[in-house]
This record gives sequence, structure tokens and C-alpha cells, in this order.
Amino acid sequence: MLEHYLSLFVKSVFVENILLAFFLGMCSFLAVSKKVETSVGLGMAVIFVMTITTPANWFVHEYLLKEGALDWVSASFASVDLSFLGFVTYIAIIAAMVQLVEMVLDRYSPKLYTALGIFLPLIAVNCAILGASLFMVERHYNFGESVVFGLGSGIGWALAIVAMAAIRHKLRYSNIPVGLRGLGITMLMTGLMSMAFMIFSGIQL
Amino acid sequence: MADQSVAKAEKKKEALFSKKNMKVLTNPLSENNPITFQVLGICSALAVTVQMRTALVMALAVTAVVASSNVLISMLRKQIPSKIRIIVELAVIATLVILVDQILKAYLFDISKQLSVFVGLIITNCIIMGRAEAFALQNKPWPSFLDGIGNGLGYGWILMAVATVREILGSGSFLGFRIIPESFYAAGYENMGLMLLAPGAFIILGLLVWIQRTITKTVHE
Repeated sequence: MLEHYLSLFVKSVFVENILLAFFLGMCSFLAVSKKVETSVGLGMAVIFVMTITTPANWFVHEYLLKEGALDWVSASFASVDLSFLGFVTYIAIIAAMVQLVEMVLDRYSPKLYTALGIFLPLIAVNCAILGASLFMVERHYNFGESVVFGLGSGIGWALAIVAMAAIRHKLRYSNIPVGLRGLGITMLMTGLMSMAFMIFSGIQL
Repeated sequence: MADQSVAKAEKKKEALFSKKNMKVLTNPLSENNPITFQVLGICSALAVTVQMRTALVMALAVTAVVASSNVLISMLRKQIPSKIRIIVELAVIATLVILVDQILKAYLFDISKQLSVFVGLIITNCIIMGRAEAFALQNKPWPSFLDGIGNGLGYGWILMAVATVREILGSGSFLGFRIIPESFYAAGYENMGLMLLAPGAFIILGLLVWIQRTITKTVHE
């Protein structure tokens, strides 16, 4: 049992890295990976929010939206299928969770709150967060798996952005062709990084 | 697709298509392209480009959503309180995406299966939020509509350029039709498997950005 979760964890961090294999969260990845400190901050925030929202959306899917999910209210709802409301519900849950996390942090841990700063509200529109929830639904994870998957994907995303920020830091001193500066070279490097991460494919625990 | 919209534009050219409005429509196609210059919406641009068919459907879906969300948000712009505008915008966009998803499931079921989660991810596609924030909140519905169409097409052509290269090199076909003849394979030619995988997408888009920025001579850092 533990092995299964460990394997899922390794898979979501390395083998199927949410950024390098599924291209999710590219926008903030490209915009924020200029400095190592800020990308560590954003990475932490993503791990945090993803670990909370993926299981939260699991509950919503399992007990409200899935076909027959409303069975617990009354047997007459057994055939109700609300899964078409999925997208709007998940995004609302994510936005609400981000707001909640922001308020809780502000109240109980102002230090972390200032460290994460403007990144928290931006996370609501990070594709990686919604992507993790949608993958969780599509792959029929159970509760435990959704927690592990959320945490693993968050760590994988953070790992990729911190690595990229470190490379871009070094890159500042190199002489790149003019047209390739900025987005072009970053995409090429992401391609190489993604190739490197493919080494992990096939690893089973 | 671009030709079609130009033809339509010429048909009812009046004050509706003043110079300023045309600029709003055509600017995102080259100089201010959402992907290569504004660096928005890359998330989905890479994932759906293994095949031309999925790229085409995705481009149409995004164009439809960005144009209609721009119109709706522009009409609501005086009513939306600025403090909660993000969540209002998300609600509008998510509703439109649900419509698109249901339509795809009804009429193009196999493609909708291939696109899997990426239809839902149109909601967080930065282009749509970005245009709503940057354009629709300050402008009237009609220019917002044109801006949406322009950005959708600008996104679409990059998507198709990447998909063309990836499908031809990766599976030797175009829109599902085989174009590299069997005799090539008999002579030892092989499809480039890398193109079908994630790194291929990153590298092709990187090269495309390089070419486009060299041609238009824009310097960014």
C-alpha cells in the first residue's frame, strides 16, 4: 500500500512532471523564473495550494458532482449527474481556497505571508493547479492518491521553476543571438530540461 | 481561417471597420502576437500540437471563447466591482468553456477525448484572462470582439505552425493523411520520435520564436 503511494509520488514529481511533461503552468513559469528567491517563493505557494485544492476538489467531485454522487442526500437523487458543472466549480473552489489560505496566513503567519507576497492571488489562475484537479478526476484517484498527487505535482513544479531560475541566472553573462534572447532561449532550455527528465520514465518502485 | 475573417471584414466595411478597429484585429497576428510576444497561453499551445487536427480544434475553441468572453466582460465592465473582478471574469470564462466542452463532446467526441483535460484548461489560459483584463475592461463590446478574434487567430496560427512541423516530422502525416511515401521508410527513413514527446514541442516553439523575432527585429529581455 505504501509502495503504491510512494510510486505515485515519484511519478508525479519526476516521471510525469506536470510542467515538463504536460506543459501546465508555463505562463508563470516563464514570467517568474528570472530570480531564484522569487521562484522559491512561488514554488512554495504552489506546493501549498495544490496540496489543499486537489483533495478539496476530490470531495466536491465525489460527493456533489459525479453521477450518482448525491445518493447520500436522498435516494431519489441517485441518477443526478452534475459533472458538466465541473469546470466552474473547481475554479471557484480554487479561487476560494487561495483567498482562504491568504487570510489564514495573514492572521497566523505574517512572515510567510509577506514572503509569498503577490504570488498567492496569482496562483488562482495558474493552469497547473486546475490541471492537477482535472487529472485527478480523469484518472479516478481515491482520496489518498489525490493528496499524494497534489503534493507531488506541486513539488515537481517547484523543482522545475527553481532549476530554471538558477540556469537563467547564469545565462545573464552569456552572449546569446539577439532574436533568441528572452522567450526563445528559455523555451529551448526547457526542452533540454524536459529531455533530461525523460530519463526517469519507466522507473517503478 | 485568416482569409475568411479578412473576407468577412471587407464585406461589411463601414465605420465598424475603421482603421483603428482593423489595427486591433490585425496587431495580434504579428507584432503583438499573444504567444510569441505577450508570452501568454503557452500552457495549452504545446500540449495539443502533436497532431494538426487537435491543434485546429483547440485554436477554434480558444478563438470562440476569447471573443465571446471579451464581449460579455466588456458589456459588464461598468457593473463589475473592481475588487472582485477576477472571480467574475473566471465565472464568465468557465461558463463559456463548459459550453465549448459540451459542444465538442456532442459533435467531435474522439477529438474531445484526445484533448482530455486541455479543454477545461482553456479557463486558465492566460490569453483569455489577459485580454479581459487588458482590453475588454476598458473598451466597448465591438472593439473587444475584434481584439478577441485577433488574439484567437494569432494564437491559432502559432499553434498550427508548431503542429505542422511536429506532425510531419513526428508521424510523417498531415491532418491524418500520410505524406511521406512508403518508399522512404523502405529506404531506411524513420519518424522522429522526439517530436511526439514534450521536448520536441518546447524546442520547435523556441525556434519559431527565434525566427519571428529575428524577422520583426524586436529585442526583449
